[in-house]
Amino acid sequence: MSNPVSDLGRQTLGFVSALGNITRFGSDVVRNLFRPPPRIARTIEAIYDLGFLSLVLIATSGFAVGAVLGLQGYTTLVRFGAEQSLGAVVGLSLIRELGPVLTGLLVTGRAGSSVAAEIGAMVATEQLDGLRMMSVNPIHFVVLPKAVAMTLVMPLLSAIFIVCAIYGGYIVGVELLGLDGGAYIASLEDSVDFREDIVGSVLKAWIFGMIIGLISTHRGYTSAPNAAGVSRATTSTVVIGSVTILFSDYFITALWGV
Amino acid sequence: MQSTRRDFIVGVFVVIGLGAIAYLSLQTGGVSYTGPRGFELVATFDEIGGLTARAPVVISGVKVGQVTDIVLDEDLRARVMLDVRDDLELSIDTSASIRTSGLLGNQFIALEPGGEIDMLVNGDDLDFTESALNLEALIGAFVHGSTEDD
Repeated sequence: MSNPVSDLGRQTLGFVSALGNITRFGSDVVRNLFRPPPRIARTIEAIYDLGFLSLVLIATSGFAVGAVLGLQGYTTLVRFGAEQSLGAVVGLSLIRELGPVLTGLLVTGRAGSSVAAEIGAMVATEQLDGLRMMSVNPIHFVVLPKAVAMTLVMPLLSAIFIVCAIYGGYIVGVELLGLDGGAYIASLEDSVDFREDIVGSVLKAWIFGMIIGLISTHRGYTSAPNAAGVSRATTSTVVIGSVTILFSDYFITALWGV
Repeated sequence: MQSTRRDFIVGVFVVIGLGAIAYLSLQTGGVSYTGPRGFELVATFDEIGGLTARAPVVISGVKVGQVTDIVLDEDLRARVMLDVRDDLELSIDTSASIRTSGLLGNQFIALEPGGEIDMLVNGDDLDFTESALNLEALIGAFVHGSTEDD
C-alpha cells in the first residue's frame, strides 16, 4: 500500500539515513587519517591521477570561461561607459565565485566520477573483500589516499583555473576589443583584496575538494557489487556532487561572505 | 623508475598550483604592499565622495602609495590615512586632492608637491586638501545660479 504521506515519510527517512551514512563514512575516513602507516606513495599516485591529469581540462576551460566573461562583461560595461573596469568584473567574479564553483563541477565530472567508478569496480570484483581478508583496511588503503588527494588538489586547480581565465579575459578585452592593458590589470589589482577575496576563494575550493572526495569515494564504496551498481555510483557522484557544491556554495557565501 | 617520474610530475603540478595561488595573492591581492610600509601621512577632507581604503595615491599620475584607513575625526570631518613610498621627499606644503579617473571611474588621491624647503615626516598632517567633486552639489549650484540670474 502506498499513499503520498507514507511515501513522503519513507523518502525523508531515506534521506536522513543517507546523510547519517555519509557522515559515518566521513568520520571513518578522518579517523584513518591518523592511523599509521601514512599512504604517501598512494596519495601521490592519486594526486597524479586526479590533479595533474585534470590540468589540461582545467586550463582550457578556464581560458574559455575568462574569454566569454571578457566579451560579455565588455558588451555590458560599454553601455555605461565603464569598460575600464572590465578587469575588476572578470577578476572578482572569477576569484569569488566562478573559479572554485566551475572547477568543482569540472573536477566532479572528470575526477570524481573516475574515483567512484574505480572503487565501485573494486567492490564489484571483490577486491575490497580481498584486502579485508589480508587484514588491510580498504578505507585506509583505497579510500583515504583518493579523498586526501582530492582535498589537496582542488585549491591548486581552482587557482590555475582563475589565472588562466584572467589571461583569457585579458586576451579578449585587450588584444581583441582594444581595451587598455594597463587599465585591465590596474582595475583588477585595485579591486581584489587578499583577505576577503583570495583567502575566501582558496577556502571555498578546499571545502569543495573535501565534498567531492567524500561523495565520490562514498558512492563507489557503497555501490552494489555489479555492473549496474558501478554505473549508478558514477552517475550519482556527478549528480549529488554537483548539487551539493552549488548549494554549499550559497551557504559558504551567505555565512562567511566570501 | 616509474614512480620517481610520477613524483616529479606531481611535484611540477603542485609548484604550478602554488604558483597560481601566489600570483593571485601577491599580484592581484596586493599583499606585497602591506609588507614594506612607507611612511604615513594624514589628510583631512570635508567630503571624500566614494573614496575607499586601498584607493591609489598618485603624484603626477604615478602610483606612489595607497589609502590605508578612513575614519571620522572629532570635528566630523573625514581623516584619510595614506601610506606613501618613503623614498620620496615631499615638502610640507604638499596638497592632497580627491580626483576621479574618468566620469564614473574609481576615486584616488593626487598629491601635488609644493615649494617649501622643510620636508614631511612620518605621521604628518597635510594642511592643504581639496575635497571630492560633488556632482549633485555642482549641478544644484548651476541650476540655482541660473534661476537667480533671471
